[in-house]
Amino acid sequence: MVWDWGYAWTILPELLGALVVTIEITLLGSVVALLLGLVIAVIRRARIPVLDTVVWAFVEFVRSTPLLVQVFFLYFVLPRFGIVLGAFAVGVIGLGVHYATYTSEVYRAGIEAVPRGQWEAAAALSLPPSRVWTGVVLPQAVPRVLPALGNYVISMFKEVPLLLGIGVIEVVNKAKELSSDTFRPIEPYTIAGLLFLALSLPASILVRRLERRRAAI
Amino acid sequence: MPPSEPMIVFDGVEKRFGDHVVLSELDLTVAPGEHVTLIGPSGSGKTTILRLLMCLESVNAGTISVGGSYLSHMERRGQLVPADEKHSREVRKRIGMVFQQFNLFPNMTVRGNLIEAPTRVLGLSKDEANARAVELLDLVGLGEKIDAHPAQLSGGQQQRVAIARALAMRPDVLLLDEVTSALDPELVAGVLALLRDIGETTDITILCVTHEMGFARDFSHRVMMFDGGRVIEDAPPEQLFGDPRHERTRTFLRAIVGQ
Repeated sequence: MVWDWGYAWTILPELLGALVVTIEITLLGSVVALLLGLVIAVIRRARIPVLDTVVWAFVEFVRSTPLLVQVFFLYFVLPRFGIVLGAFAVGVIGLGVHYATYTSEVYRAGIEAVPRGQWEAAAALSLPPSRVWTGVVLPQAVPRVLPALGNYVISMFKEVPLLLGIGVIEVVNKAKELSSDTFRPIEPYTIAGLLFLALSLPASILVRRLERRRAAI
Repeated sequence: MPPSEPMIVFDGVEKRFGDHVVLSELDLTVAPGEHVTLIGPSGSGKTTILRLLMCLESVNAGTISVGGSYLSHMERRGQLVPADEKHSREVRKRIGMVFQQFNLFPNMTVRGNLIEAPTRVLGLSKDEANARAVELLDLVGLGEKIDAHPAQLSGGQQQRVAIARALAMRPDVLLLDEVTSALDPELVAGVLALLRDIGETTDITILCVTHEMGFARDFSHRVMMFDGGRVIEDAPPEQLFGDPRHERTRTFLRAIVGQ
């Protein structure tokens, strides 16, 4: 079996189309992960009674079960309770929530790194708690964890193919479809892999550069 | 508030960290406009007094009042209950604090640091707060640094900005927690001169923890020597430094001078 350039060219547009879906899910999933993770981190650090424990239990649960189980649960089980979500939405929510438990840890580390004196100065000025967070703590905590957050976005991008289990037509699912239609697996899977590489690698380099720049400050 | 009423009252205050008693049965009264310096070995409880006033710690027993209102407690249905966060914040608006480590907000400019609390807490307009910031920066001699970031300033300059930030709240009480301890020696004099100036030109009640005995001597109306969580000597500076009554005070002062 040899590489067929002609065939490779004909399937490229379809795979690129599927890559767009992958990117969309990654971006929307990142929005969920970055926002929800922040909310989780703040709730845990602010030690809001009851809510804090609920969030803790939720985070432990999500982190201790496979992403695929969570995705299947959202897609196959929730409809039994009348909650029907499309495969795309399940992908965004499933990945987003799963990664929120990781980004919450990243935010937590960033928040812990803000010196105690900053909290005390904010308290001494009688700033209300909401402003202590938005004006003092988060503007110092978030910039220093941007590289770590970036790494999770890249990880999430590479986990999107997991969604082929619920029929999302992302890159790998598309490649699988093409290869079973034509009995030629080599071109579709190779191109699929290269497409991930073409995006992940520059993104990783960008994150590493950001890391170095932050370390230099 | 009649002038005779004290500005700060500690009534039977006790503070423990676990089994360790930091303050025991402390009674302390500071009159409006009075400058009181707290001295004593580290761990003697003097910094805890400032932290209690700032509500960074809470009392285990006793009460603290500022300007006639309870700080540590609040009245609810005729009963005295521990203050909640909101009540503390309200009373604490009257108190400003300057820290050893300056603690300016590095994510804001000098202007941002100065207008943050006046706009957010006192409800001043941006223009009013800005005018206040400009005026105070002139007072501390850093008018031209208004748009600088804290990281661009020397330690002495940062501390002056921190003093201006505390004053921007127009506090009745100013707490100074070893404000020159983290400064390079050549920058100390400038900050102390500024504090003397503030002491002379305002009627703010000032509570000061310091190791600068020369400053304590000419700045304070009263000096309190702490040891083991108690006030062991409370006297005007001339007497406490010139003719200390208590042996522990003498030993402490000798050790400080010896440094």
